[in-house]
Amino acid sequence: MKRLAFSQKVSKWDVKLSPYLYISPFFLLFAITGLFPLLYTAWVSLHSWNLIGGQGDFTALENYEFVLAQPFFWNAVGNTFSIFLLSSVPQVVLAIAIAAVLDANLRARTFWRMGVLVPFVVAPVAVGLIFNNLFADQAGLFNELLTGIGLDPVRWHSDSLASHAAIATMVNFRWTGYNALIFLAAMQAIPRDVYEAATIDGAGRLRQFFSVTVPMLRPTIIFVVITATIGGLQIFDEARVFDQAGLGGADRQWQTLTMYIWELGWGQRNFGRASAVAWLLFLIIVVIAMANFLITRRIANQGGRR
Amino acid sequence: MHSRARITALSATAACLALALTACGSGGSDNAGVEGETGTDDVTLSVGTFNEFGYEELFEEYEQLNPNVTINHKKAATSNEARDNLTTRLAAGSGLSDIEGIEVDWLPELLEFPDQFADLTDPAVEGRWLDWKTEAATTEDGQLIGYGTDAGPQGVCYRADLFEKAGLPSDRESVAALLDGSWQDYFDAGKEFVAASDGVAWFDSAGATYQGMINQVQNAYEDNDGTVIATENPEVKDIYEQVLQASVTDGLSAHLTQWEDDWVASFQSDAFATKLCPGWMLGVIEGNAEGVEGWDIADVFPGGGGNWGGSYLTVPTQGENQAEAKKLAEWLTAPEQQIKAFESKGTFPSQVEALESEELQGQVDPFFNDAPTGQILANRATAVEVTPFKGPKYFAINDAMQQALTRVDVDETDDPASSWEKFTTAVGAL
Repeated sequence: MKRLAFSQKVSKWDVKLSPYLYISPFFLLFAITGLFPLLYTAWVSLHSWNLIGGQGDFTALENYEFVLAQPFFWNAVGNTFSIFLLSSVPQVVLAIAIAAVLDANLRARTFWRMGVLVPFVVAPVAVGLIFNNLFADQAGLFNELLTGIGLDPVRWHSDSLASHAAIATMVNFRWTGYNALIFLAAMQAIPRDVYEAATIDGAGRLRQFFSVTVPMLRPTIIFVVITATIGGLQIFDEARVFDQAGLGGADRQWQTLTMYIWELGWGQRNFGRASAVAWLLFLIIVVIAMANFLITRRIANQGGRR
Repeated sequence: MHSRARITALSATAACLALALTACGSGGSDNAGVEGETGTDDVTLSVGTFNEFGYEELFEEYEQLNPNVTINHKKAATSNEARDNLTTRLAAGSGLSDIEGIEVDWLPELLEFPDQFADLTDPAVEGRWLDWKTEAATTEDGQLIGYGTDAGPQGVCYRADLFEKAGLPSDRESVAALLDGSWQDYFDAGKEFVAASDGVAWFDSAGATYQGMINQVQNAYEDNDGTVIATENPEVKDIYEQVLQASVTDGLSAHLTQWEDDWVASFQSDAFATKLCPGWMLGVIEGNAEGVEGWDIADVFPGGGGNWGGSYLTVPTQGENQAEAKKLAEWLTAPEQQIKAFESKGTFPSQVEALESEELQGQVDPFFNDAPTGQILANRATAVEVTPFKGPKYFAINDAMQQALTRVDVDETDDPASSWEKFTTAVGAL
């Protein structure tokens, strides 16, 4: 009798607790690799902290005050957003277009689908090395082509916007195919009878794409935009390998926020200030993600009403 | 059902644990009897260097002399890269090579953390190096954190064929006579050259030339007590203005940034005619200019002698084989070995005995038109009068200065005055 009661108790606990246990590995891992560093960085940012020497005095918000007063910080914010916009917007548009093509009846479908993923497999630094050769100011392929057809060479490493475009090209090269595959998967989930109905209603291919495919992709677009935002605001590799010194250019033309963190933390070994910038970056991402969420929710609601 | 599944899981875990334990056990017992005939264990030593230390053949030689030692070479492309790597891993407390090469410019910032490096003082190496070389790597308490490898006495490398085309004297002695004197004399000769040649610049980069000039200043950026004086020091500003006047206004520079792709490529395309070259630069030029004929080196340096760079080998205390690592570092920096490294990549010795050796004096370099590079650089070494003071912020300030020069010389985003303003801001933010 007692035994039965015990096993009943156990199975009751089992029902209640097990689901949490099953999802706990993710949250445990997140706590160790995500939450702890986040909080520890906040702790570091409130101290003067040398990379090698370690913890110094408690300085409250001094690091934040210092960093926010630096023109280099705001310059890095501007560069980050510029590169982010130059990479995300064309990326999403291109990825949808590529997905639409891949969704059509192609021969050797799997080959093409895998093909668009190849750039994603290449390490970003390797991509950087190759593109650096192409974008070299004097000896690069792109400038040779431009001068070959009688145009002025572009000053990839001096002109701020040109350098952003070059870096965005590397980012797009790497991520467009990946996003295209995500869109492709979403497109294939769209019920075919919707298209049939559209065809019967007399809608052409283009009309179908804009009036059926794109609206049905909305949740996926939201997902891609949010991940692109988080990734784009943290861009580092491509910008860092854009020249040998890796500091973002002599006039910091393409120094992003993460590179500024690197410069403060590793160049100047001031971990306190670097952590302060890291936290500011975190706050910026949170704000942008919230804005994204609000905007896309509005769009989604409108879609529902229509 | 539930309980049975759980028991199975439990027993599986137990089995795994048991397996792991036995694995551990066997691993432990394997280690017991590896001792070879020499009575020493097999060790693998990793060595981190950058640019060209000229050690490739020496490593093989050492491995043959000591069959129990395997050397694993990690080579970084630039000194900046090596510095980043070193700092990161010092902070992490692991991951450094058993021996790490460091450059004199960032030696001072490491001297602040002497407990991170093994004390390498040893009666066997006393008096091995030039005094200033050892002093720079010694802490106030007398701990020696690095063994000196090379020094960077500089001559002027030039393209004899381009000199000839421009109607200038082109043999070593006449070029030395032509360039002898102040920096202004060097730049004046450049004006003459540029006027007579079609689009060939006089030197490669404002930054590189500045480096030659600033290394002749005793206290460029910091007072001996570490106070930063970079932005008020009239000497620094004078040099800055003079080099930009020559580079931009007089058009003597090829407008390149050292170490960039364009700079590397320019060696193949007659972009410039002279280049300040410390010994270690000879190997770099030879590599970049492969197949180009006409390079030579003159026994002269504007504004008196000058030393640019030079490195040390350190043994970080986080390494597991510090004793073996120290032995290897000692062997590598011995005069005989340094001479071999010089033969291979032009890294000029900082060891007293090596400087006096006949082997070094007789050294000729076929790539530089059979120039007696050993003798020339030995002369250049004796011409060095100033040992610049380099404090903990030297490296960062010099980086900011190089960026300031690049903005005007290469990027053309600023004029000298506005770029100086930005330099002041950057130094203020350190």
